[in-house]
Amino acid sequence: MSGRRPFLLFTAVAFGYAFLYLPIITLMVYSFNDSRLVTVWGGFSTRWYVELFRNEQILSALWLSVRIAAMNATFAVVLGTLAALTLVRFTQFRTRMLFAGMVTAPLVMPEVILGLSALLMFVSLEQLIGWPEGRGMTTITIAHITFTTAYVAVVVQSRLSQLDGSLEEAAMDLGARPWKVFLVIILPIISPALIAGWLLGFTLSMDDLVIASFVSGPGSTTLPMVVYSSVRLGVSPQVNALATLIVVVVSTGVIIAGWLLHRQQRRHTGKAR
Amino acid sequence: MPQPKRDPAALDAWQDPSARPFLEIRNVTKVFDGGTYAVDDVSLSIFKGEFFSLLGASGCGKSTLLRVLAGLERPSHGRVLIEGEDITELPPYERPVNMMFQSYALFPHMTVEQNVAFGLKQERLGRGEIRERVAEMLELVRMTEFARRKPDQLSGGQRQRVALARSLAKHPKLLLLDEPLGALDRKLRERTQFELVNIQERVGTTFIMVTHDQEEAMTMSTRLAVMDAGRILQVGTPGEIYEYPGSRFVAEFIGAANVFEGRVVEAQDELLVIQSDATGGEIAMYHAQPLTVGTPVSVALRPEKLRVVEAPPADGRNWVRGRVREIGYLGDVSIYHVATEQGQTVQVQVTNRARRTAGPLTWDDTVCLAWDTEAGVVLTA
Repeated sequence: MSGRRPFLLFTAVAFGYAFLYLPIITLMVYSFNDSRLVTVWGGFSTRWYVELFRNEQILSALWLSVRIAAMNATFAVVLGTLAALTLVRFTQFRTRMLFAGMVTAPLVMPEVILGLSALLMFVSLEQLIGWPEGRGMTTITIAHITFTTAYVAVVVQSRLSQLDGSLEEAAMDLGARPWKVFLVIILPIISPALIAGWLLGFTLSMDDLVIASFVSGPGSTTLPMVVYSSVRLGVSPQVNALATLIVVVVSTGVIIAGWLLHRQQRRHTGKAR
Repeated sequence: MPQPKRDPAALDAWQDPSARPFLEIRNVTKVFDGGTYAVDDVSLSIFKGEFFSLLGASGCGKSTLLRVLAGLERPSHGRVLIEGEDITELPPYERPVNMMFQSYALFPHMTVEQNVAFGLKQERLGRGEIRERVAEMLELVRMTEFARRKPDQLSGGQRQRVALARSLAKHPKLLLLDEPLGALDRKLRERTQFELVNIQERVGTTFIMVTHDQEEAMTMSTRLAVMDAGRILQVGTPGEIYEYPGSRFVAEFIGAANVFEGRVVEAQDELLVIQSDATGGEIAMYHAQPLTVGTPVSVALRPEKLRVVEAPPADGRNWVRGRVREIGYLGDVSIYHVATEQGQTVQVQVTNRARRTAGPLTWDDTVCLAWDTEAGVVLTA
């Protein structure tokens, strides 16, 4: 009886992880496939990696996506933090519920609607005031900011609401003006949430296909768009190679961040008392 | 209760009619949005070097009043003056006042040292001077060896001392303490009470403390104000408030009190004779203010001012008969709860002079309780 339960548990866990990670592992394995056919194993080779680094289209799309994602994440963190501060600090104003709802609405809004409405807005803006001229990197970035701000606001808001309000009062009582209090007390304390929000915004933007397809223009093809269109023309193992690289980079980052966090926590709890 | 030794000069500043108050609170009222009066027309004068306590149950407005003094709340009416200068409109960061918060509000991302230095940095003092003052403050609260620790690596008592050092570092003219000992366990709290008083005497700063713990207020303060529902009921030294409570609320809030209701039947100079249904007889009691015959009054008697006697006094006044219902043995004293024939429960405190585990009285004994004409207070409110 006692021997069976761990076995069942083990099977369940193994099955769960296999369900999550087998597709990715398959993809990574086939990135080293010598054959042009994605589903047929033709021996080990790194030729797709070499071809990938020669593929100007993918590389420039990657660079564009990274720039858009970084810019988007930065703006989203600023705007999202401001929104979160407003929601946490001013609990009394009359339209608070409406404001809170509208800040977080993009979380549940279908992307197709977000993309279409952004496109309509850019077109009519261009007709009215001549800006933005055509569609491209700027319009994609703006459209991304509108929906990633919501995610950042939620992350920062949860951190802010855990903050002891008397910290700010204590800082003011000790002679710091409100702006200084924000800079030297609030910002450092919520900085983990800001970093998390930035990374989230970056990932969401890197990942987005639907909204970008609506608001992109000629010459501004993001990485997901390139991947998607190349898949439609028949999957090239280059995409596998690219995906493998992204997975490796991201998981290395996650592991390092996790290790740092763990070390910091252990140092804190280890010394206490 | 042992009282910390105090400099006698600091004691009588408020008794000197020519003394100028250090802090004046003039008719301060704070109304919150819902229309609740958190602080209702409070006026107080506090003198230099005092350790003043605002005492009351939670929600009585004492913390709001403290926050008004810190500048964290703006009063709806009224003025606050320090040394004659109106500070009502000053923001918290421009007041010569510092506060020690109930949660301590230590900055979690800074070390003990940086926490204490924070206020000094805002004053733009020189590096050397800041280091000197931080060292001095940490010395004062005996936290020097923990200077490099972060707040989450400290125990509750250590955090409390860091918070005190931080609030004293700027040498404020006035220090506000919001339940400074509230988060400490009992043993540590008693020790810290004396330590806090000693530190206050050494730095000479005027302290105003908010507390709900009457024992704490009595032990530590030079004077205290009892608050209820946003109003100040009585201001005085711990002794005055305990021995001469001005109202039934104060009598029952500070220490234990037995209250007998009655009506004045005779008033000769300062001696009143009160007919009380609660004792079933007459109570004779001294009272400084003249009262007319017929006034409804209550007489408050502390448990330690009652005596257990064999037989009623000869003059038939100042006594009540009852049965022992509960016995609380506290070691040094015993507290008896006596149910009177009139249906009231009276507390009596008896000092255990001889060593014995069972007292002379036991449950269901019928006893007579008697008291002197100076033992109690006559209350009209």
